[in-house]
Amino acid sequence: MYAQMIKTARSGVKTRDEMTDQEREFQDKIDNDIKIEPRDWMPDDYRATLIRQIGQHAHSEVVGQLPEGNWITRAPTLERKAILLAKVQDEAGHGLYLYSAAETLGESRDELIRLLHEGRMKYSSIFNYPTLNWADIGAVGWLVDGAAIVNQVALQRTSYGPYSRAMVRICKEESFHARQGYHAIMQMAFGTPEQKRQAQDAVNRLWFPSIMMFGPSDSESVHSEQSMAWKIKVKSNDELRQQFVDQTVPQIAYLGLDMPDPNIKWNEERGHYDYSDPDWSEFFNVIKGKGPCNVDRMNARVKAWEDGAWVRDGLLAHARKKAARNMAAE
Amino acid sequence: MELNEALERFALRMGDNTLILGHRVSEWCGHSPVLEEDIALANTALDLIGQTQLWLGLAGELQGNGKSADDLAFLRDAWDFRNLLLTELPNGDFGRTMMRQFLFDAWQSILLPRLAQSPDARVAEIAAKAAKEAAYHVERSADTVVGLGDGTEESHGYMQQALAYLWPYVGEIFDTDEADDCLAQAGVVPHFSTLKDEYYALITRVLTDATLDVPQDDFAHRGGRDGMRHTEHLGHLLTQMQWLQRAYPGANW
Repeated sequence: MYAQMIKTARSGVKTRDEMTDQEREFQDKIDNDIKIEPRDWMPDDYRATLIRQIGQHAHSEVVGQLPEGNWITRAPTLERKAILLAKVQDEAGHGLYLYSAAETLGESRDELIRLLHEGRMKYSSIFNYPTLNWADIGAVGWLVDGAAIVNQVALQRTSYGPYSRAMVRICKEESFHARQGYHAIMQMAFGTPEQKRQAQDAVNRLWFPSIMMFGPSDSESVHSEQSMAWKIKVKSNDELRQQFVDQTVPQIAYLGLDMPDPNIKWNEERGHYDYSDPDWSEFFNVIKGKGPCNVDRMNARVKAWEDGAWVRDGLLAHARKKAARNMAAE
Repeated sequence: MELNEALERFALRMGDNTLILGHRVSEWCGHSPVLEEDIALANTALDLIGQTQLWLGLAGELQGNGKSADDLAFLRDAWDFRNLLLTELPNGDFGRTMMRQFLFDAWQSILLPRLAQSPDARVAEIAAKAAKEAAYHVERSADTVVGLGDGTEESHGYMQQALAYLWPYVGEIFDTDEADDCLAQAGVVPHFSTLKDEYYALITRVLTDATLDVPQDDFAHRGGRDGMRHTEHLGHLLTQMQWLQRAYPGANW
């Protein structure tokens, strides 16, 4: 998950007549659900769009360590600390597979990181929100990973082989995180009045940012058509958002918490829950760098990278010396 | 001294070491020099916290007053902690963190396989699990110390500086008291003095591979393992670690 507002590198979808033979052959594979593999021919725009999407997804996993790391040192029990450490370790691991998937398209991890640090690539808007109480950690697992799963289960069917396979593996781990997150917040919702208050506060603050994770509504989403035709994207933003709302509302009810949106109501006719649109102006502000944590998150990442330069250089120099010594010994 | 009391003290020391060091290592989350290190540091912290649950669980059981590992971790004040000063020192830069990790891992990698042979089944069981983790940790931290020591001039400088800062905290590892004597006499835990040469041989070999000068000064700061004089850093660490438990007493998390 965690890819939003991915600009497709081409405007408009070509008709079959406009396509070259190579492009037609490529589109036929996609239409027949044959995965595209790294050595296969692909249109430059397909490659560029995927690099953007996978790169943004990878960056999200990495930046996503920060709001959770914010609570590792304050986790209330040894077990909760261990669960959170394992989760954050998984997220970093996801970042690693995804950067590797991007590398199969010819883009290096270092280059993607450079683009992120220069502000030319993004990560999911959700990680620009703060984690303010311990229930937020439960809510991040349950709502944020929950939203990620809805998106990523769909992406298991995406057309690019390495990305699709990464999604299969990532989804398994995310499902586990979502269950653990729900368990953590359940413990609080059913706990003392102060704990319940924290749980309610977390849901109230994180609900709208979570449903924003699917991106703007379909009517506003200008980049989707080509990505859908290429099966880089397989379901629309609104479809995914509705699926998330439908699965999550009964879970909020089970916790005995108030709904974070007074307009959440079962709609018999549609067979879905109605809900309010998030404040899209807030979303666009966050995307543009004006979320509550954008500046701090990027500063933290850039600082980690810059402070670590001597470490990366040192390890690389040692590896080279060692290789030279081995060569000399042979 | 009674064997049970000696063992309780020992388990507390083992658990406090892993708890405090695990906490320090976890502070790196999301801030390390490269993604692989974020993963490795989280993994190390996770192992250490897992070991803490076992050692502090045993300490609580031996105390016999119904205290859980969590009670011991989250509801004691600094003077009741029995960790080595080495483990509570601030992370500093990545080089210092990895040097501290190596100096600790080297000790654990020597001690834990011995403990896994202990006639006390509880000790042997915990140590058998922890020994596997320590073997892997020391391999990784030693490789990193060598890589950075024998890397660039700059990385070498960072590592030499880290070693100079940490060296006075190494000697405390081999301090012993009547509890250690009692356990050694009963054959439950080897006397630390019998492991000292092996430890110094191991770290000297790795530090030499790292092209670092091994300090010759044997001065040692003490006060962690007996709780007599922790550093100023421990109180701040506990303030953060224990905050939720202290602010909302009696809640289940």
